[in-house]
Amino acid sequence: MTRTLTRRTVLATALAGTLCLSAGTALAQEETIKIGVLHSLSGTMAISETTLKDTMLFLIEEQNKKGGLLGKKLEAVVVDPASDWPLFAEKARELISVHEVAAVFGCWTSVSRKSVLPVFEELNSILFYPVQYEGEESQRNVFYTGAAPNQQAIPAVDYLMNEEGVERWVLAGTDYVYPRTTNKILEQYLKDKGVADDDIMINYTPFGHSDWQTIVSDIKAFGSAGKKTAVVSTINGDANVPFYKELANQGISATDIPVVAFSVGEEELAGIDTAPLVGHLAAWNYFQSVDTPQNAEFIDKWHAFIGDEDRVTNDPMEAHYIGFNLWVQAVEKAGTTDTDAVLDAIIGLETPNLTGGVARMLPNHHITKPVLIGEIQDDGQFEVVWETEDTVPGDAWSDFLPESKMIEADWTDPINCGNYNTETETCGGAS
Amino acid sequence: MHPIRLILTLLLALLLTGAPGALAQADTVEALVRALPEGGYSEREKVIFALAETGDDRVARLLSVLGEGDLYLHEADGRVVAARRSGEGYAISDALSGEALGTVEKGALEKIRVNNRLRRAIDGAIAQLTLMSPRAPVRLSAARNLLKTAEPDALDLLDKALARESDADVRRVMEQARAAIVLKTETSVEEQLAAVEMLAERGDREALAMLTGALAGAAPPVQSALRSGIASVERRLALWDALQNVWYGLSLGSVLLLAAIGLAITFGVMGVINMAHGEIVMLGAYTTFAVQQVIRTSFPGLFDYSLAIALPLAFLIAALVGIAIERGIIRWLYGRPLETLLATWGLSLVLQQTVRTIFGPNNREVGNPAWMSGAFELGGLSITWNRLWIVAFALFVFAVLLAVLNRTQLGLQMRAVTQNRRMASAMGIRTPWVDAMTFGLGSGIAGMAGVALSQIDNVSPNLGQSYIIDSFMVVVFGGVGNLWGTLVGAFTLGVVNKFLEPYAGAVLGKILILVFIILFIQRRPRGLFALKGRAVDA
Repeated sequence: MTRTLTRRTVLATALAGTLCLSAGTALAQEETIKIGVLHSLSGTMAISETTLKDTMLFLIEEQNKKGGLLGKKLEAVVVDPASDWPLFAEKARELISVHEVAAVFGCWTSVSRKSVLPVFEELNSILFYPVQYEGEESQRNVFYTGAAPNQQAIPAVDYLMNEEGVERWVLAGTDYVYPRTTNKILEQYLKDKGVADDDIMINYTPFGHSDWQTIVSDIKAFGSAGKKTAVVSTINGDANVPFYKELANQGISATDIPVVAFSVGEEELAGIDTAPLVGHLAAWNYFQSVDTPQNAEFIDKWHAFIGDEDRVTNDPMEAHYIGFNLWVQAVEKAGTTDTDAVLDAIIGLETPNLTGGVARMLPNHHITKPVLIGEIQDDGQFEVVWETEDTVPGDAWSDFLPESKMIEADWTDPINCGNYNTETETCGGAS
Repeated sequence: MHPIRLILTLLLALLLTGAPGALAQADTVEALVRALPEGGYSEREKVIFALAETGDDRVARLLSVLGEGDLYLHEADGRVVAARRSGEGYAISDALSGEALGTVEKGALEKIRVNNRLRRAIDGAIAQLTLMSPRAPVRLSAARNLLKTAEPDALDLLDKALARESDADVRRVMEQARAAIVLKTETSVEEQLAAVEMLAERGDREALAMLTGALAGAAPPVQSALRSGIASVERRLALWDALQNVWYGLSLGSVLLLAAIGLAITFGVMGVINMAHGEIVMLGAYTTFAVQQVIRTSFPGLFDYSLAIALPLAFLIAALVGIAIERGIIRWLYGRPLETLLATWGLSLVLQQTVRTIFGPNNREVGNPAWMSGAFELGGLSITWNRLWIVAFALFVFAVLLAVLNRTQLGLQMRAVTQNRRMASAMGIRTPWVDAMTFGLGSGIAGMAGVALSQIDNVSPNLGQSYIIDSFMVVVFGGVGNLWGTLVGAFTLGVVNKFLEPYAGAVLGKILILVFIILFIQRRPRGLFALKGRAVDA
């Protein structure tokens, strides 16, 4: 018995040693503040998430150059949840319990976020989530630095309606929670604006769908009803490349049927020849082409860090930039990395974003963002054709869905609730 | 073009558009160009229309530069210039005269932005300006653009152009464009009826769009004509749609066939469950990328031949990897399907991550050569070139493989080994060598499939995963061990899928196909074309 135990202890020590080594602890003697990076480095989502891991390493290195935080160096703990949703929860637990990180930056898909939520609640840690998402959520331990639907989808539809005179709508998406919720909100919004049922076509495709012939020709047919038609695309990930290739091959140009996408950024366009796609649109809160001194500096430093002039920057990277800076400020203000103190300190803090505005952390754990509509250019970049005059505050619960319009999120006293019902004045959602 | 003819045409154009005196006009054109950078998109649109109305011969070129997004404001002197990237900076030239003005830095220029609405306005304006061009193809594209925009202002211009048009094709499109405009404007009932007839005769989606669009505001007699016109166009389109669906099905089937045909050898003939099959397809796609990369940097002239160069290379690389897999792993696991499944599954992950480490996790851009881009019309069918080539390529690969299996020494030995290994061995066939060659052949073909798939799908480390299930589905459905079964299975699944998709949607369509195959396998466990005889039980 004793022997087994000893052996086990030796094993555990060895294992712990390996873990420390793998996390890259060069400063073993010096005390550091650890930051968890929870992005897939293998599997389907590696295509999008690997860049965000690099972004976090870059931001942490920049902060350490400035002397770290609270007199300590920052240290990144990188884990690979391998695009496997349950593994996200396990890895999140490992980051918080084993590595004792002060905050975690991570997740991309909504399902990975949903899978880690209970872990962050249970272990009371902080997650910064950098991707645009469907809303209808506000959790005490999560900060949503990507766009809520009112900061991306709704303004994009307004733009098409007002500037392009679109009357007929195709809502095309990948079949999972983000497109389904976003399309539900958009459908309701369009109907409120007087668009008839016949003028809305909704289409879902599986992840990684590659044969777009039928759908593209359906869109073509739908567009030949004598009314200006546009496609609102929530198609995610790998499926976009064959979709755009098919559009180009079937000769649908942006002047005929424009496509506005919510998940296609500079990164995704890197795999396509964009010459036939000029004029198709994307709605984001940041584009690499935005001409501000902050952005130019950020891009220069990023290129120097990554050692490749061709690497693009994109919207979720800016979201991590903002989230990281807000967290640093909050820790400085609170004087500690303690979760509760940081949660209190961060609300109301402001940091400049990369597009010349200011991002403020709101009581509902979302931030203020400008909305930009960009057209695809032949060099794979976007050019801004429209932007909101001022930043738009993120709205956690959509005002366009009957079941959520009376719900507000407010994590300050006296409400302190993520789903506060303003009608019944209770915390606990619609029911 | 001959200069004198050019001048004559220009003069004619000036007369026809009723432009004011040449001197006054020069002023306005210049003033309008200076006004281009100011204000928002709607102001710019007005300027574009005003520019088009001047009928000045320089305007068409100016507008096309603007449409391409190459028109800038030179901030220092407030001049509007056309700019092209040259080296570090931009080479600028005067927007109207084209006079070169040297090179400036990017910071000195401010782009005059255009959006889709402006691009449409520009297309319409250019169409009006080039409708009198002496070259028929230019007139044809101008007429097509007018048909698309159907701008009522262009009616007089079209009438004048029609009066002197001699080319029958151009004339027809011009008449259709005129009909589209007539439908939009307040004209007599007779004229409208003639216009409806003209468009109904055209009978394509564009015509349908125009007819449906006119329905709301039309007078009662025209409305009934419109309805019957729409009905006749819809009938015609429904027929073509069915044919189009068959084509889509064949094209999807050819992709399935390509993905599955290598597996038909390794799994079908040899009985090896190779989960790394998809990754070998991926290796073929990455070979294409690597070849194109070399061509782009060193021999840009060869780009159109990149696929022809990539094909043998992909076959070779994939075949070598396949032989290595067979020699290194699979040969130790013959007769142990579960272990083979696990080992090759692990191998697929290793291959994926290796490619991810070498090439990065992002999609890689594989370009389409010119002969594989775009589409052509065949009656009411619109057929994209890349799909057509892939169908042809799939059939070609199938034919070659069939010939190899049935007409060569290697093919004979392969069949002998799979039918009765011990007997073949006793006859002096080196069975391990045949195993390695067969696996190499199957893998090589998978690599060639990768070259074709790189033209329609992402080239990313995940490429193979999306095809592995479909490939097994096709081979099992078609009948293990039978190449013809794979062919028929692939095309059947493709066509059925495409006929289900419009009704059931892509997600449900896929589910229905799977259910169908499960039921089918329950009834016929050996697939469509079952092998008969003692070989089956061996």
